[in-house]
Amino acid sequence: MKSLVSLYSSSIGKKIVMGLTGLFLCLFLVEHLAGNLLLFANDNGHLYEEYSRILVSNPIIRAIEIILFLSLAGHALSGVVLWIQNRRARPQKYKEFRLDENTELASRITMLGGSIVFLFLVVHLSSFFFPLRITGTPMTAYELVREKFSNPWFGLFYLVALVILGYHLKHGFQSAFQTFGLVNKRYKALLDAVAFFFWFLLPAGFGSIPVYFFFFVKNTASPLVLRTLEHGWPV
Amino acid sequence: MNITLKIWRQRNRETEGRFETYEMKDVSPDMSFLEMLDVLNINLIKKGQDPVAFDHDCREGICGSCGMMINGRAHGPGRGAATCELRMRKFQDGDVVTVEPWRAAAFPVIKDLVVDRSAFDRIMQAGGYVSAKTGGVPDGNAILIPKPIADEAMDAASCIGCGACVAACPNSSAMLFVAAKVSQFALLPQGQPERKTRALRMVEQMDKEGFGNCSNNYACEAECPKKISVMHIARLNREFIKAKVF
Repeated sequence: MKSLVSLYSSSIGKKIVMGLTGLFLCLFLVEHLAGNLLLFANDNGHLYEEYSRILVSNPIIRAIEIILFLSLAGHALSGVVLWIQNRRARPQKYKEFRLDENTELASRITMLGGSIVFLFLVVHLSSFFFPLRITGTPMTAYELVREKFSNPWFGLFYLVALVILGYHLKHGFQSAFQTFGLVNKRYKALLDAVAFFFWFLLPAGFGSIPVYFFFFVKNTASPLVLRTLEHGWPV
Repeated sequence: MNITLKIWRQRNRETEGRFETYEMKDVSPDMSFLEMLDVLNINLIKKGQDPVAFDHDCREGICGSCGMMINGRAHGPGRGAATCELRMRKFQDGDVVTVEPWRAAAFPVIKDLVVDRSAFDRIMQAGGYVSAKTGGVPDGNAILIPKPIADEAMDAASCIGCGACVAACPNSSAMLFVAAKVSQFALLPQGQPERKTRALRMVEQMDKEGFGNCSNNYACEAECPKKISVMHIARLNREFIKAKVF
């Protein structure tokens, strides 16, 4: 225990926590997307409901859910601690600092991106997780998704948040491997390919859901959707 | 060429600093940046003013003494060169050039562009050494080291400790410096006896000195005058984890 505390108190230790929790959250995203692809089954949500039921009733999944929330908290808190320490490490700023000439945008906006993703998570959980699992709703999960994404602004917010998540993962995924010391010139290409899946294909997969529901699931289209389809822009 | 310099002037650690503007006329494009500052200082001394303090020694990019933030870049524009190797031909006639000291809590300003980098010395004292028996000189080929390993260790050992990595890092992290020092020993047989304690103690000292945390954005590698790779940071992380956990 003492050595764990001493590990966490070191700069590299906190980064290891960032990396481990970040990669665990990435793994969750893979599962989350795989499950959500059932929304495309075109069976009025039957398969998706079945999948949701299995998830909720499985005690192992419930336990993993707790680890997931702890990971999120650990990732966010360690990130904030590191960020504060980093600000303190340069009390006097440069008059001119051309960091943009040397670094990738994704690596410079981790805190901003992470904060926006966190806000997105608050909206996401309060839109789906809380009504479905805690406060209760007469709608099924599929119906709730259909209802929420009939609002183009809601869908647009998701798309913007997913682009930012993509940027966050573009830096974060490879950064975790660098922190674990698992980067090597020999298999860098392989790591880059896996990273591409996480920062591009994964957010794109999630992004396809609001787009699909807005444009292709029209059976409960709200008046706003109909007007948008007619004018080409929400009016 | 004519250059306008905006240079950070600060009398000592305790006083507040400010930017002063100096007009440089007829600057030769073949001058090094430090020679241009020498000319400025001669002019200032002639006028009875205090010359601009800056660190310098070898002026051929191997000592690591010189170093300043020039137009927002550690060691100025371009790559793989210390400030002494920067030529004025990198600038255009009429340019306004901002010159600042390295900014980091762990590198307090002593005067003008001179910062106190003894934090690096204390990190080295914590573990940047090898045990060697006294006595006769051992045979040069007694310990065989494969060429690629020797090359990699030499790349790490080319670190001149100038502090550009800290200056260029948005977090003022000293990870590239520590990584280079830990790497050069970890790769070679002579570095094995203190391998574990070295990684632990140097990282501990680095944290104690108030450097920031590496966020893997690799500005350090881009600005390092010796082009030291961030792969050495991955090795440092590996060495630290192995020493701490196993």
